[in-house]
Amino acid sequence: MNSPAVFADVSPYFFFIFAGMAILFSTMVVFKKNPASSAFSLVLVFFAFAGIYAAMDAHLVAALQILVYAGAIMVLFVFVIMLLSSDVPSLDMKRSGLMTRIAAVSAVALLLVGLIYVFKNNPSLLPKGPHSPEKIAQVGGNTRAISQLMFSDYLLPFELTSVLLLVGIVGSVALAKRKMGGTK
Amino acid sequence: MGTMAVETWMVHAFCATIFCIGLVGILIRRNILVVLMCIELMLNAVNLTFVSFSKQLDHLGGQMSVFFIITVAAAESAVGLGLVIALFRTLRTVDTDQIQLLKE
Repeated sequence: MNSPAVFADVSPYFFFIFAGMAILFSTMVVFKKNPASSAFSLVLVFFAFAGIYAAMDAHLVAALQILVYAGAIMVLFVFVIMLLSSDVPSLDMKRSGLMTRIAAVSAVALLLVGLIYVFKNNPSLLPKGPHSPEKIAQVGGNTRAISQLMFSDYLLPFELTSVLLLVGIVGSVALAKRKMGGTK
Repeated sequence: MGTMAVETWMVHAFCATIFCIGLVGILIRRNILVVLMCIELMLNAVNLTFVSFSKQLDHLGGQMSVFFIITVAAAESAVGLGLVIALFRTLRTVDTDQIQLLKE
């Protein structure tokens, strides 16, 4: 093992509580019949993830997780759920055959066991990068370090992000508008 | 070192667990909204993997990737939910079994 104490500053209780919460509520996302319950479970999963990000000193990502995922994306989801199918608790899981469900769950469980085996037995041997905690503290914190990186090394992807968001806006407006023209 | 220290493989195993739960949801659910939510779940698991590698390797590139993934996820769910609404207006359903326009 190259460095066993990578996450030594992460409080184990903190991590295990949030991890357990995330696993519990993400199973509820999958197995709740009502999509609205799934959506609210998903909000709790996002909050648990934000807690883990904060414990790992990724403060900007934790804030973005709350703002963008739990704030924007989930509001969109809940809005659409209320708009479409608030009356029907969908029983869709029952209809997919028992064999299909067993096959899906066991295949994914096999994948999970394989992944955990690999993670447990193959410690990462990649070289350390330039952003050690001391360096980040010297620059002035996680958010400042990331923004310096964002506007220097990652400037082109950052600008492309704006194009992507423009495409998203135009795409959703076009979807709504075309539908209105179609009903006429 | 206490007996309950958080080790690297535990964090990655946790991410893999969440990813697999999302994958199970995509495979067994027929409600397209829940399928979209499971995709968000899988994206989150990948984000946490990026952040844990970012901490493990002392490189902030992982957290930059998370930033871009969050942006892509926001655009994806906006367009995806727009598609779901358009689909519901045409077919009156959000069930993936009922979406068989190419079959006829």
